Amino acid sequence: MSSLSSARLKRSIALHLFLTPLALIWLFPLWMMVVFSTMPDNGIFSPGIELLPHGNFIDNFNNLQHDTDFVGAIVISVCVAVTYTVLSVLLTSMAGWALARYQFFGKSVVVAIILGTITLPYAVVLIPQFIMVARDFKLANTWVALIVPPLFNSLGVLFMRQSFSMMPDDLFDAARVEGVKEWRIFVFIALPLARPMLAALCIILFLASWNNYLWPLLINSQPGSMTAPVALGTLIGLTKVSWGGIMAGAVMLTVPMLVVFVLLQRHFIAGIAAGAVK
Amino acid sequence: MRNRNATAYRFLTPYLLIFAIFWVWPIISSFLISFQATRTVPWRFAPGFNWGRLIGDPAFFNALKNTLLILVIQVPVMIALAMVMAVLLNSPLLRARGLYRFAFFAPVVVGEVAYSAVFRLMFSLDFGIVNKLLNSIGLPKVDWFSNVTPAMALIMIAVTWRWAGYNAIILLAGMQSIPEDVYEAATLDRVSKLKQFFHITLPLLKPVIVFCAVLSIIGTMQLFTEPFLITERGGPGGGTETLGLLLYRQGFRSLNFGYASAVAYTMAGLAIAITLVQLWLTREPK
Repeated sequence: MSSLSSARLKRSIALHLFLTPLALIWLFPLWMMVVFSTMPDNGIFSPGIELLPHGNFIDNFNNLQHDTDFVGAIVISVCVAVTYTVLSVLLTSMAGWALARYQFFGKSVVVAIILGTITLPYAVVLIPQFIMVARDFKLANTWVALIVPPLFNSLGVLFMRQSFSMMPDDLFDAARVEGVKEWRIFVFIALPLARPMLAALCIILFLASWNNYLWPLLINSQPGSMTAPVALGTLIGLTKVSWGGIMAGAVMLTVPMLVVFVLLQRHFIAGIAAGAVK
Repeated sequence: MRNRNATAYRFLTPYLLIFAIFWVWPIISSFLISFQATRTVPWRFAPGFNWGRLIGDPAFFNALKNTLLILVIQVPVMIALAMVMAVLLNSPLLRARGLYRFAFFAPVVVGEVAYSAVFRLMFSLDFGIVNKLLNSIGLPKVDWFSNVTPAMALIMIAVTWRWAGYNAIILLAGMQSIPEDVYEAATLDRVSKLKQFFHITLPLLKPVIVFCAVLSIIGTMQLFTEPFLITERGGPGGGTETLGLLLYRQGFRSLNFGYASAVAYTMAGLAIAITLVQLWLTREPK
C-alpha cells in the first residue's frame, strides 16, 4: 500500500514539475501587460530586465487619453456590447425554442443551414455586408452598424436549442392544458428554467462583442465612433506614441474580463464547452 | 412535440430575418461581385476579370502559401498542446487545480488587439523582454520582425497562446463526459494509464478533436488581426501576409471589391474542402 502511494506521490510531483513552468509561461504575457502598463516609456525601452510593476499607470492612462479618446471609446464599447448581448440572447433563445419544441415545415432545412454556417468563413459575407451597411443603408459610424449585422449567431442557437430540448415535456403540456399561450409559456416558464444557460450565453456574447475587431474596424472608422479595441489598434505601429499608454488601454480592456472570468468561471466554461456536447 | 408551423415561425422570424439580410444575401452577392470588374463605374460583368487575375497573382499565391503554412504547423501543434493541458488538468493528482485552469484559460477572454500589442512589445528586437531573457541565458537575440521565419514563428506562437486554452476547455469537457466505469474496468485489468489514453480516451474523443480541428482551421484560415497588428500589415515585405490580410488590402484599402470577393470565395472553397475531409474522417463505420 505504501509503495502504491509513493508511486502516486512521484507521479504527482512530476505532474506539477511539468505543469507549473507551462502555466507560468502562459501567464507571462498577461503579467507583462500589467507590468508595462505601470512603467514609463523610458523604462519599457531600457536595456534592463524589469519583471515587477511600477507606479506609473495613471500617467500612462493620461498619455493614452491624449493620443486618442479612449474613455469615449470604452463608453461606446460598453453600450454596444450590452445592447448586442440583450438582443442576441433574445433572438437566439427564441429561435432555439422553436427548433427544440415544435415540429414544423422546413425544420431540418433550417437546422442544416445553421450548422453549415459554422464552417463557412466570415470573409464570404464581409464585403457585401460592408457595401450594404455603408453604401445602401448609409449606417457607417453608427451604433446600429456595430450591433445589428453580428446578431446572426449559429453556436448560440444550437446551444439554446439543446438547453430547451432537455426540459421535460409535461411541464409545458400542463400549461397548455390550462390554455396558456405559447409565448407566455416561453417567457414565464422556459426562460426562467434556462437561467444558467442564458447566463453562459450572455457572457460569451458580451465577450464576443467587447473583443470584436475586424467589423468595427471597417464600419466605424471615424474618430468618435470607434470601439475601444479599434481606437487602441490605431495607435499600434505609430512612431510617436506612448507604449505605456497602449498597455494601460490593453489592461483596461482585459482586466475587467478576467475578473468576470474568475467570478463566473463555471458559466464561462459551460458556454465554451457546449461545442463539445453533440 | 407538436406540429405548429405558425407558432414556430413566429419565434424564428427575427432570427431568420437577420440571417437572410446579413448572411444569405451577402453569400450570393459576393459570389456575383467576384465576377464583376468593380473598379469601373458602373461595375460591369467580366467573368474572367478577377478570377483570371487571381490565378496569375504572385501576391495571392504568397498569401495562400503563408496561410497554409500557418495552418499546417500551428493547428496540429495547438491541438496537441491543448490535449496535454486537458489531460493534465483532468488528473486527480493535481493540486491547486483552479490556479492552473486560470493560467491556461485566461487568454480566452483577452482581445486580439490587447494581446497583439503585448506580443509586439515583448518580442521587440532591442528592448523586448523575450530577447533580453534569451540573452541572459547566453542565447543570441532573434530579430522577430525583420526576418520571415521568426516573424511566422511569432504569429504562430501568438495564435497558439491565445487559443490553446479554448480548445483545452472543449477537450476537457469531452473527456469528462466519458463514463468513469470504462476507466475503472481498464484499471482493474491492469491496463496502464498511457494505454488507457490511447485506447479509450483518444478514440472516444475523436469527434470532439475533429470539432476543435475544424473550428481552429476555419479560424486560422481567416487570420487577420495578428499579422495586421503584430507583424505590421503582414511584414516583413509580405512575409506574413495571409489571405485575410490580402482580402482587407484589396477590398478596403484599394476598394477592389470584385477581386477581394474572389479571394473570399477561395477561402470558402478551402473551408468546404477541409470540412468535407473532416466529415469523411469521422464518418460512422458501417
